[in-house]
Amino acid sequence: MRVTVDAERCIGSGMCALTAGEVFDQDPEDGTSVVLRPEPPEEALDAVRAAVQLCPGAAISLSADR
Amino acid sequence: MGDSPHTVTTMPAARRPGCPFDPPAELTEARGHGPMSRYTFPGGKPGWLVTGYDLVRSVLADQRFSSRKELMLHPTLDYGDIEVPPAPPGEFLLMDEPRHSRYRKPLTGKFTVRRMRLLTERIEQVTAESLDAMEQAGPGADLVTAFAKPIPAIVICELLGVPYQDRGSFQEQVYSFMDGETGDEELIAAYTGTQEYLAQLVAAKRANPTDDVLSDLTDSDLTDEELRGISLILLAAGLDTTANMLALGTFALLRNPEQLAALRAEPELADRAVEELLRYLSVAKTFMRTALEDVELGGRTVRAGERLILSYNTANRDPERFADPHVLDLRRQDGGHLAFGHGIHQCLGQQLARIEMRVAFPALLNRFPTLRLAVPPEEVPLRPELADIHGVKSLPVTWDA
Repeated sequence: MRVTVDAERCIGSGMCALTAGEVFDQDPEDGTSVVLRPEPPEEALDAVRAAVQLCPGAAISLSADR
Repeated sequence: MGDSPHTVTTMPAARRPGCPFDPPAELTEARGHGPMSRYTFPGGKPGWLVTGYDLVRSVLADQRFSSRKELMLHPTLDYGDIEVPPAPPGEFLLMDEPRHSRYRKPLTGKFTVRRMRLLTERIEQVTAESLDAMEQAGPGADLVTAFAKPIPAIVICELLGVPYQDRGSFQEQVYSFMDGETGDEELIAAYTGTQEYLAQLVAAKRANPTDDVLSDLTDSDLTDEELRGISLILLAAGLDTTANMLALGTFALLRNPEQLAALRAEPELADRAVEELLRYLSVAKTFMRTALEDVELGGRTVRAGERLILSYNTANRDPERFADPHVLDLRRQDGGHLAFGHGIHQCLGQQLARIEMRVAFPALLNRFPTLRLAVPPEEVPLRPELADIHGVKSLPVTWDA
């Protein structure tokens, strides 16, 4: 599975970094989401899915690898 | 849908006696009829009251619904056709894009999860100092003045860069325009006084920058007027919201002793407990939006220009979203409450608020193992329902010496 963040939609809320801290961080300058692990390990997927749901900007996508 | 929707004619002015944590019965009842009701604003202007979780969330995510101040209507008072001016520069809560981003963007990097976690130690210190003072002066305290107000106040003032000696005077002014009980004249005086103070503060930071958010912002193209507006928003939000969560949250825990005992016994419960208290109490309880065009919502058509009152507290008690929604359950797994809102205006300071609560609640419970109310629960004075933020005016507590 592959995680992407739409920078245009990201509002820098930090919900992803809070919910799935091993996959997401925030840019120290503007707070926007930084994907640390674009292909998150299996055990992090539940947290990533929660982050997708919680994101106030609907900026995160989780899609199957091609 | 051809059926005519449930209609609510006025926003309730009080909660049911003995139910200080529950949304007013009229709003819960409205949710029972469906996720959105017709609401007629004073003066007869048609609008909507949105009480269901899914619809509140989708309105918040949809920029066809505006936050602009000049489009707002008072939910209960008829001001006639008086023209409301747009939000002053910097007060970005009541703005749409692109104006909103001009002010919010420079701030988001200052309130990240990482930066807020770095404040943990300082928040622990501030909390311990408040608890020390409370312990020395007791047994017996008003938890609002001894604990709930000072912790977030010190933290936001330090973050923003308000000098220590200035805090007392202008904090009281900010509280007075948040408490829902201050008369018009006093309100204007408090607002003007705060504006004057903030103007001086901005000038001082420009002249002698220090290590704080406001000084950082002077190194940008934001004008003095804009910086003053930003400071006002940050202070009002930082002083009043967390304070009410801390006091009302303590009240709720004291009324749910098995939950309180669980939190005391299991420190690892703290994060989840904070989320559940946020959901259960939803102190920032209603917000408003105005449709900029006709929008289909929940099978109905919201017409351009109609206002929607969004009821966060009923959304966070929506039985279709949360199992046993009226039960405080610190072990609850279903996250996603709307206590901080959703969409582009979601609370900028939410990560700070989380840390403050995660530190403060357990510290209080650990310091006073016999903490209890000093008055019967029905005598704890609540803020009027028309205040923007719900809470208690005071919370008399005591403990065994």
